[in-house]
Amino acid sequence: MLTNKKSLWLSGPYLVWIAGFIILPLLTIFYYAFTNLQGGFTFENIVGAVTDTANIKAFGLTLLLAAAATLIALILAYPLAICLAKLGLKKQKVFIFLFILPMWMNFMLQMVAINVILEDNGIINYLLSALGFEKIHIANTFGAILIGMVYDYFPFMLLPIYNTVSRIDGDLINASKDLGAGAIRTFFKITFPLSFPGVISGITMVFVPAISDFAIAEMLGGGKIMLVGNIVEMSFTKGHYYQGSGLALILMAFVVISSLVSGGDAEAEGGAILP
Amino acid sequence: MKNEKLIELVGVTKSFGTEQVLKNLDLYILDNEFITLLGPSGCGKTTTLRIIGGFVTPDTGKLIFDGKDITNLPPNKRQLNTVFQKYALFPHMNVFDNIAFGLRIKNTPESEIKKSVGEMLSMVGLSGYENRSVVSLSGGQQQRIAIARALVNKPRVLLLDEPLGALDFKMRQDMQYELKNIHKQAGITFIYVTHDQEEALTLSDTIAVMNQGIIQQIGTPEDIYNEPKNAFVADFIGDSNIIDGIMVKDCLVNIFGVNFPCVDTGFGNDKPVDVVIRPEDVILTSPEKSDMKGTVTSLIFKGVHYEMEVMARGYEWLVHSTKMEPVGSEVGIYVEPENIQIMHKPRSEDEEAASVDE
Amino acid sequence: MKRLSAFLRGVYIALIFALLYMPVALMIVLSFNGSRSSYEWGGFSFVKYEALFNNEIIMEALLTTVLLGFASAALATIIGTLACIGLLAMKKKLQKTVTTVANIPLLNADIVTGISLMLFFSAIVGRMNNVTLIASHITLILPYVVLNVFPKLSQFDKSVYEAALDLGASPIKAFFKVTLPDIFPGVLTGFLLALTISLDDFTITYFTKGQGINTLSTLIYTNRIRGILPEYYALAALTFIAVLFLILVMQIVNMRSATSGNNRAKAQKNNY
Repeated sequence: MLTNKKSLWLSGPYLVWIAGFIILPLLTIFYYAFTNLQGGFTFENIVGAVTDTANIKAFGLTLLLAAAATLIALILAYPLAICLAKLGLKKQKVFIFLFILPMWMNFMLQMVAINVILEDNGIINYLLSALGFEKIHIANTFGAILIGMVYDYFPFMLLPIYNTVSRIDGDLINASKDLGAGAIRTFFKITFPLSFPGVISGITMVFVPAISDFAIAEMLGGGKIMLVGNIVEMSFTKGHYYQGSGLALILMAFVVISSLVSGGDAEAEGGAILP
Repeated sequence: MKNEKLIELVGVTKSFGTEQVLKNLDLYILDNEFITLLGPSGCGKTTTLRIIGGFVTPDTGKLIFDGKDITNLPPNKRQLNTVFQKYALFPHMNVFDNIAFGLRIKNTPESEIKKSVGEMLSMVGLSGYENRSVVSLSGGQQQRIAIARALVNKPRVLLLDEPLGALDFKMRQDMQYELKNIHKQAGITFIYVTHDQEEALTLSDTIAVMNQGIIQQIGTPEDIYNEPKNAFVADFIGDSNIIDGIMVKDCLVNIFGVNFPCVDTGFGNDKPVDVVIRPEDVILTSPEKSDMKGTVTSLIFKGVHYEMEVMARGYEWLVHSTKMEPVGSEVGIYVEPENIQIMHKPRSEDEEAASVDE
Repeated sequence: MKRLSAFLRGVYIALIFALLYMPVALMIVLSFNGSRSSYEWGGFSFVKYEALFNNEIIMEALLTTVLLGFASAALATIIGTLACIGLLAMKKKLQKTVTTVANIPLLNADIVTGISLMLFFSAIVGRMNNVTLIASHITLILPYVVLNVFPKLSQFDKSVYEAALDLGASPIKAFFKVTLPDIFPGVLTGFLLALTISLDDFTITYFTKGQGINTLSTLIYTNRIRGILPEYYALAALTFIAVLFLILVMQIVNMRSATSGNNRAKAQKNNY
């Protein structure tokens, strides 16, 4: 490619971009998080963020919700990944394509569609009453947000697990059976350990957006349930940049911790959502 | 080798989709035997091995092991172990845990496991490798671990699926020698699958040559090499001249208009046959000593011998000889009567598998 | 036994499949519903489509979404493709550091990325506007372009490019005549993926758009109090079809380049 020195210049705009629109903006959050209204250095924004009772409650609720969404997505996606990996190769490709396709319907319209289903006078309740059952109330509850999160993030759990499971050499499973292990022991001693990187990656890819969400909570929770994301969003729309940044920084700490746990392999994760 | 049948396949067929891979296969394997299933890819040898291993269920037919029908017994309940083509070592376990896998499944006490694994490692010459990661090992080392992992379970039978296929030439030769030793030490039955005829001839007590889902010939390496039953076997085992001939009468065959005395009888008079002559059995003489006259068209030095091609009466004869004839020289062709193999031409569809694919 | 487990697997696949497609299918079916109610069938009709095309606010948001998508995806593709050439010339360690930093928006929570950009822009330009919006989208989608182009470029046989130089082409001409055609599938899928992600984005847009500008996502979000408008059904159906088309094209480009890659690998093998 050209001469090496000359081609280095071609990445100039990219490097400027990284510096200008990734590094500097993140530093700005740090600046606001450690600055008070008078412009002096302070830990108050951080301390305030974690000591405020409303915030603590929101953190508890958010972690609970994110953990539940992650767990449910894992429980649903893992068997699916196994089932898909046992199909023929051509079928696998088609099915994986079909399973990630709904993810690409506009995110907000997905939320609208879920509301159409869950509303008090929505499809589910229409069907229930038509069959003579009592109506149920899910819309604008914790449950509705949970359903929305699981629905929206499901492909992020499915793909990395499928990618590891489908690459397990069939002869490893055969070898385990050959050496006397039954189906259950083969699963726990071979299949599961070998799919573990995919599981970890899937957990991170669901957990990170789930703990930082505000839009799903707002759209499906009817504005009644406050997650950390909602508090951060409100701080900024109300102009409370300093406290908001403090809280955002804590959120970021969670993100960093979860990606460190997964080894922070951005390429694998980014690649996982490629169609 | 004891003379007891240990494994017997009776009337086994298997199809994948529309393709029939095994056609009514009958085969028995003796206790302590080193038997090789030899054939080109797609001949059904690996499917046969996988049926014995329990990874493939036959469509029809029975698999009998030590007198009991085990056709539907899952692989984890069979008294045999497999060395897989690409070894299939568990990448998330170290050498020790790989070898200990089968023993741990059987809840063997850990002290005993340690002893057995140690013995196995010393048998395959890898003592001290216990804590190595298997992915860090060379192909040959992985191969030995795979053998150790299988043998530590003291199986009655070891199945080996092209185990040397992934190794380089030098390593293959070393491993061949070692496999033979291990077979002697372990004193059990080895069922070996390969497409490499030289490997089969070197290692086996018995060779079953397969093509298109049918066993073409089964016998000792000497039998198979010296007395191939049909053109396919003759062509697959070593190089051969396979020539259309006419059996004039008992002990006389006509090849391209020249009569050659031979030793075969019972083919009838004036019947078309396949004639097989090994290249090392073709003797080049001066042209006036034979009616089969030809011209040398190519000459290659192969180290131990010269490989020549002689065009005579429209057929290109392959000749191996330690004596060299330059390209262009006129020669005569002579073959000792006992070195001429006469075979029936294939008649039915089934026998087509026995012919040479062109 | 084997048949039973295959059957159960099929049932499970079908079940999850039905659950995943229920919202989409519902929106498409109901988009042809003549009644205003969401579930009572009022006969087949295009009223919701009519309403959609007559709703100027939604149509404007749609136009904004599409223009924003194409502009940011095009710019990101140019910056990203050039970047890959430079990245390839870098030492491995530097390359790794640069891409790790560039991938931060992939790993980070969208809300943090959005806020950081908003804080930064308000510090340097004051109010958010169309430029801040496009810049933010480029930041979000750049990593996807690089992830698609870089593998293709590193597989590219350098000697072909050198041969073009040897035959008298200038470096720029050689790039356009030889390199670009070879890596084009990667560039195209990078562009399409970037476009799709830009079209779908809500959070980054929400924090970095100027006042009075809306994409579809932010419009629906701001109007959430008003409930589910009839137009949404038609919108969902149409956008889903559009995205389906984008993804199919991406899929086809990917497969084609994969098979041509295989052929090349085979051809190389035959040479030895």
